[in-house]
Amino acid sequence: MDDFYKENILDHYRNPRHAGTLADATHSHESHNPLCGDVIRIDLHVNEDDIVDRVAFKGRGCAISQASASMLVETIEGMPLEEVKQLSKDDILEMLGIEIGPVRMKCALLSLKALKAGVYGLGDEEWELDEEDEDW
Amino acid sequence: MFDVNAIRQDFPILHQMVNGKPLAFLDSAASSQKPTLVIEAMDQYYRQYNANVHRGIYQISERASEAYETARKKIGRFINARSWREVIYTRNATESINLVAYTWGQANLKPGDVIITSEMEHHANLVPWQQLAARTGATVKYTPVDERGYLDMATFDRWLAPEVKLVAITQMSNVMGTVTPIGEIVQKAHAVGALVLVDGAQAVPHMPTDVQALDCDFLVFSGHKMLGPTGIGILWARKEILANMPPFMTGGDMISRVTFEGADWNQLPWKFEAGTPAIAEAIGLGYAVDYLNQLGMKNVRRHEIELTTYALARLNEVEGVRIYGPLEPTARGGAVAFTLGDIHPHDVASVLDGEGIAVRAGHHCAMPLHDKLGLSATTRASFYIYNIPEEVDRLAAGLDKVRELLG
Repeated sequence: MDDFYKENILDHYRNPRHAGTLADATHSHESHNPLCGDVIRIDLHVNEDDIVDRVAFKGRGCAISQASASMLVETIEGMPLEEVKQLSKDDILEMLGIEIGPVRMKCALLSLKALKAGVYGLGDEEWELDEEDEDW
Repeated sequence: MFDVNAIRQDFPILHQMVNGKPLAFLDSAASSQKPTLVIEAMDQYYRQYNANVHRGIYQISERASEAYETARKKIGRFINARSWREVIYTRNATESINLVAYTWGQANLKPGDVIITSEMEHHANLVPWQQLAARTGATVKYTPVDERGYLDMATFDRWLAPEVKLVAITQMSNVMGTVTPIGEIVQKAHAVGALVLVDGAQAVPHMPTDVQALDCDFLVFSGHKMLGPTGIGILWARKEILANMPPFMTGGDMISRVTFEGADWNQLPWKFEAGTPAIAEAIGLGYAVDYLNQLGMKNVRRHEIELTTYALARLNEVEGVRIYGPLEPTARGGAVAFTLGDIHPHDVASVLDGEGIAVRAGHHCAMPLHDKLGLSATTRASFYIYNIPEEVDRLAAGLDKVRELLG
């Protein structure tokens, strides 16, 4: 359990990067994890060169969900939108750098869900079916 | 490797005396016995990681969730489902059929629509459709069956029309033993736009099942007839159909979000699994599937054809025995219904019980079929992987004794 709440996760949780909202966001989406009540909203501003030049997130929930959101927005600041679209579950897990069990996976991936739903303009459910519908 | 003597060692219940005789269990079509592997898997769950699934953020709950979902995947592979999301846990085949009737049926049937089933269905594949018809104004048609247990396919063909929305039919009769031509039925039903529900309660435990090859739309079966525990059954259906079906029971675990105004449904398969499920039972069924896979379902089928061949021959030698269902062993499963002169089947079964032989007597949840055959009841012996020719010999000898006593 000491490993789970590693220093950098606690640091992001206590001092979230880019906390807040963007008044001129080009993409914005709020996702919920109804089972535990976590909420994350991610705002992006994408410039004419299709670069994510400004980011913000706002949310409440467990340390894992909030730290993952903070790390994610820090990562994508300055990134081309096309690259943001390519981000996967594995990228998030690598960022967090800890073992995530099946129950906490939804917490860890909530920010990615909000981001993807925002950039693709989809609802939570549509994205969920797209990304998590593994047959086996 | 199919070694019936080794298999028998895995079933502790078989090694006991009943009424002073070794138990000959010939009622697996009603419910099968359980191997040690299944009993121990359930025991281990309760002793080591009993906890509710899907919610607990602690080690033993995560272990329980994983075992519960692993079992689902084993079962899905066993029937060659396209996805584990198509495998819904229910209590039994009966509940699976009711689920389809109350959700898909209620949403899709209207006055004038037709459901085709057959005269040899178990009540579980008959009463829910009668009730659905009564609620929606649809009608139910029963494909005729002859004394040998064969479907009258000419009549079935004649009834096929655009009004037919569902064909609900057994893959193996629990009375006649008949293996029905599901492939042909599915092809013909789909040609008029009807969906097909296959009652696999008898077939899935006894022969290889491949839902993709069958091309059916729904398959239902029960865990307890295939070496698993009671209280767990399966509804398999195509993902596209399940996605559009409203939920059956509502409550916890089947939702994604609830407000005071309403609720959103969880993803498949959990949308159809409200409340705390039968966790130990699902895990137990997963181990039953492991056991059957180890034997190989083709070997299971071969063993039962051999034993049924022998049983049909031995029963035919007993004076006064009349066998129902196909006489060709490859056209049937190992459930053999018969009458012995005009001796009531309850008396037959009681005398056999005195010999340590367990058989079923009655209408086997198929009263309309017995009406059609002009019978109030039959005696049924049914075989599974652990049955041996010596038990068939004891059955034949037992029937001679019944005749001496009551004939």
